[in-house]
Amino acid sequence: MANKASETPDDQDIPFMQRLLDNPFILLFLGVASPTILYIVWGIIEVAQIPIAN
Amino acid sequence: MASAANFRTCPDTGLKVDRTAEALIKANAVVAVVFLAVGGLFGVLVAMTRWPAVHLLDADMFYLVLTAHGADVLLFWILFFEVAILYFASAILLNSRLATPKFAWLAFIMMVVGAVMANVAVLQGDSTVMFTSYVPMKAEPHFYLGLIIFAVGALIALFVFFATLVVAKNEKTYEGSVPLVTFGAITAAIIAVFTIASGAVILIPTWLWSMGFIANIDTLLYKIIWWGMGHSSQQINVAAHVAVWYCIAAMVLGAKPLSEKVSRTAFLLYILFLQLASAHHLLVEPGVSSEWKIFNTSYAMYLAVLGSMIHGLSVPGAIEAAQRRRGFTHGIFEWLRKAPWGNPAFSGMFMSLVMFGFLGGISGVVMGTEQINLIIHNTLYVPGHFHATVVAGTTLTFMAVTYLVVPLIFRREIILPGMAKWQPYIFGIGVAGISLFMMGAGTLGVARRHWDITFTDAIMSVEVPGTAFLMMGLNGISALLAGVGGAMYVVIVVGSVLFGKRRDEAVAKANPIIFDGGAAVANYGSEEQVKVPGTIVLVAIFFTAFVLYYFVNWKFLSEVWPLS
Amino acid sequence: MALQSPEQRIWWNEPLTKVEVTWITISFVWGLIMFFAMIYWHLTGEQNLSNETYQITPDRFAERTEAMADQYTVREEGDTGIPVVHPPPGSDIYMLGRLWEWWPVLELELDKEYRLHLASVDWQHGFSLQPTNINLQVHPGYEMVVTMRPNELGQFDVVCNEFCGVGHHTMVGRIYVVEPSAEPVSSGEPAASDAAGEN
Repeated sequence: MANKASETPDDQDIPFMQRLLDNPFILLFLGVASPTILYIVWGIIEVAQIPIAN
Repeated sequence: MASAANFRTCPDTGLKVDRTAEALIKANAVVAVVFLAVGGLFGVLVAMTRWPAVHLLDADMFYLVLTAHGADVLLFWILFFEVAILYFASAILLNSRLATPKFAWLAFIMMVVGAVMANVAVLQGDSTVMFTSYVPMKAEPHFYLGLIIFAVGALIALFVFFATLVVAKNEKTYEGSVPLVTFGAITAAIIAVFTIASGAVILIPTWLWSMGFIANIDTLLYKIIWWGMGHSSQQINVAAHVAVWYCIAAMVLGAKPLSEKVSRTAFLLYILFLQLASAHHLLVEPGVSSEWKIFNTSYAMYLAVLGSMIHGLSVPGAIEAAQRRRGFTHGIFEWLRKAPWGNPAFSGMFMSLVMFGFLGGISGVVMGTEQINLIIHNTLYVPGHFHATVVAGTTLTFMAVTYLVVPLIFRREIILPGMAKWQPYIFGIGVAGISLFMMGAGTLGVARRHWDITFTDAIMSVEVPGTAFLMMGLNGISALLAGVGGAMYVVIVVGSVLFGKRRDEAVAKANPIIFDGGAAVANYGSEEQVKVPGTIVLVAIFFTAFVLYYFVNWKFLSEVWPLS
Repeated sequence: MALQSPEQRIWWNEPLTKVEVTWITISFVWGLIMFFAMIYWHLTGEQNLSNETYQITPDRFAERTEAMADQYTVREEGDTGIPVVHPPPGSDIYMLGRLWEWWPVLELELDKEYRLHLASVDWQHGFSLQPTNINLQVHPGYEMVVTMRPNELGQFDVVCNEFCGVGHHTMVGRIYVVEPSAEPVSSGEPAASDAAGEN
């Protein structure tokens, strides 16, 4: 079932987006960083800023 | 447990199969089905109690069983099955050996120990805190510890998956990019890493708090971080079951994605944005700003929804293209009419696709709208929605793929094929009912996780509309139907694994289950793209339903008491 | 197929079909519409949360709620012993959630605005106003403030829709909405609200 890539192009020929999608570890970094920053860290900042009732 | 890989060649697919990976897939899948059976039974008991005319369990037992139902099916059944899928999508599809099999077994054992420990804690009766275990409600320490051990086990399984990707690449067991199904599995695994990390961050302090080492857990912080796990764990499911949709369509029909680029980009949108939707659970919370709520609940301007809508075109599109290449070209829908509806792998998958989109997807986006959530939060609409995504979406898909896993991995023929043919329909219709009737009851204000909508023991009477009682009854009947469908599944799977005819090469030849339509169907370049008019009609119907339902809910919202 | 590596080594440069481009565009634009709809509703819609929240200890919140009840109680709810409180329109009103009741019963006037303060004094609860179906999450230690304007007359039930232990399904409360009274409510003192209220 192995598949025949008749010509093996240099890595330079591979578009940036394809190289990104072919690299699971960069994707892993992005996929963890995005919700950590946008959801968790931002959320914690919000809660930390709640004022105390007078 | 040989670490030097030991392969067999699959007579069905020609794939090289690492026997260790195969054993691990079997072990995880079997345990998954056990938790499905137990958790499903609990689910039927829950529905039988919420059916006012039956009201089966007493209040203590109801809340206990509901806690166990959530943990067993939402977490354990699905994650065990997903670990099996990850090993399949890495080692098997990439023709590779599984990396560090000892760690994979360690992961398996930890997950089993953790899941059993959490179940014991719940069944002992002092950990009736619901799946969400919101502080300051406290469970026994071994409830949290069980979940932590389970999560660490799952994290180890994820490392094994990523390590296998590295091994396959280094040993050049495949060329070029990984297959799309593997890419979907990578997406699921990435979301899983965030999920489990969030779980650890919040459950470990909560465990220490339950033993008295920490004085106080902030309720808002708990909820934010807990839902980083609780909601994202369901996003693992979405990525995994979409990957399995592509897998089933490919195996049964030889379907090829319309465009690798489009499908993978849709998965990339999941990786980047899907997990933000954890905010869906915090839309009517004090102390979190509307800016945070709007940005996160919309997955950054609905970019993850865009991903799902792309899959909603490309999965049926791939099926239509394959069918048209086989010659079903008459009219707009011959390809669909003549699809293999008697094959439970296909029928389960297609029903899942439709119900996930129409029931789960639309309701999820609508109730995840910041303001509309005011009229939906914590009503029965919420479980109505997620039974469409997690049960009709994920569980039905996983059931469907089991009809391929048993012959391909367990090397057994499916027993009771007549029953198997009906199983997805019975389960699917039951789940559709559960989902619709719970959403209906929620619209009428019925609360989720509530033992008695008659409020008999309350100090003041509460009037609940009669329609709500009807809805709860219909929900009970649907749950029975789904329970029957679930039991059929368990009987067929367990029976096939134990007593099915061995699938040797002769049987594999006589009864092929992998599509064999030749290159004409499976191999063609995108420049000779076949037209997919049927799929266009389907997505047009979907889009119309989506837009109408969305604005109807704004209308409902505009009629309630003004708040500002 | 989806089970094998893509046939083209470089698949990123494959052209998109018209169907794909159209659908992606429609979906993207629809996403923007749904996103801006929420912002639009904040600007023009009538049902929005205020984002006003304070940290408060349960004791402090209970004190304030009792102070309001002491001042404005007009009767008891049946034989339950729970006071029915009729605070002046425009004032700060309080409802606290505890195991297992919403306290006190409030009597509000039609189409008048009130600053409703919600908090729990023990576990988390779910404020669920029925049959209107407005649902808010209530935390211990946090006081949510929202301006509310009842727009229909009658008796409304408040149920709890966040699981709070074995008596959860008995946790109820009540809000009455009545015609505005001709003369102000007969309690000598002015409302301790507007100026002295929360911040």
